Amino acid sequence: MKDVLDDIERWRAGGRRVAVATVVDVLGSGPRGPGATMAVSEDGEVAGSVSGGCVEGAVVTEALEVLSSGEPRLRTFGYSDDEAFAVGLTCGGTLTIFVEPLDW
Amino acid sequence: MYEVLRDALRRDEPVALATVVTAPGMTGLGGKLLVGRGGEPVGSLGEPGLDSSAARDARGALAMGRNALVHYGVHGEIGQEAVGVFIQAFSPQPRMIILGAVDFSAALASMARVLGYRVVVCDARPVFATARRFPDADEVVAEWPDRYLRRVAPELGPSDAVCVLTHDAKFDVPGIIAALETDVGYIGAMGSRRTTEQRNLRLGEAGVTEEQLARVRAPIGLDIGARTPEETAVSICAEIIAAQSGTDAAVTLSASSGPIHRHNRAL
Repeated sequence: MKDVLDDIERWRAGGRRVAVATVVDVLGSGPRGPGATMAVSEDGEVAGSVSGGCVEGAVVTEALEVLSSGEPRLRTFGYSDDEAFAVGLTCGGTLTIFVEPLDW
Repeated sequence: MYEVLRDALRRDEPVALATVVTAPGMTGLGGKLLVGRGGEPVGSLGEPGLDSSAARDARGALAMGRNALVHYGVHGEIGQEAVGVFIQAFSPQPRMIILGAVDFSAALASMARVLGYRVVVCDARPVFATARRFPDADEVVAEWPDRYLRRVAPELGPSDAVCVLTHDAKFDVPGIIAALETDVGYIGAMGSRRTTEQRNLRLGEAGVTEEQLARVRAPIGLDIGARTPEETAVSICAEIIAAQSGTDAAVTLSASSGPIHRHNRAL
């Protein structure tokens, strides 16, 4: 969160809405631990990361959906998830990510 | 609540944020409780029992410097799985105190800064301890290292490091003794095996026990064949990472087995 604070502040100052994705659980091998945070502005600008680059694209899509629905969601990426398999976590781990609008 | 969190992070205050990430029927998802070291928590997870359980675990996470996904019953009962709460502990920036204003210190300051440390270079000699010589240090202090360490000791904890680079017994011995009085998680001292041996004798004469001496990593750094100040900085920082992550018998990845990613440090 600390590493994306400046970007979040800049987006908010420009009146842009923001979604935050946070890794809450890692099973097996994963490049970033719980707490890794990525922030996405409503126009698709990105700060921070949640993996080694494997799932960031998919998380941006989730973040933009969360901004339009206003509903937070928990998503899992990894072998157990067919769609996520398509996204591809090269290290073979499973990543659970909470995606929420920054409206708190 | 975001503003309260933002301001705490900007002031580098320890704070933990608890968020509901799973709940029955997905009601109350995203509920938040912000917990500092003292004072009342801010916000709510939507249920008083849940708030008190999460606040207790958040203080624990803060003390450990660890993030955790914990589960409770709907009223905060332990040992139940209904509600998942992610607790994110924001620890203050770790500190690296480098004793000795030498060339190796400048390279180490740069490397430590990249790794997220707040870097302090301390040397008793004002002619060497200048901000101009250490552009990557957050602070350069011209003071006797032992005096400086005793002054800041109450602020130091397990995520902080002291690196003794003077290799001059006159400064090293009192500096190491003062470092041993702190709770820092890493103490390393530079010097050849001969210097180390002689320094250990002097430390022993000064009353440092074998057990205390075991806390001091000397010669400092991992054995990677480093020669230049920059290479030595990599060697020292690699040793600190290994020590802080509990990977103590660090060997090359290609010569070891097991997962390469471990997650035992808070971000």
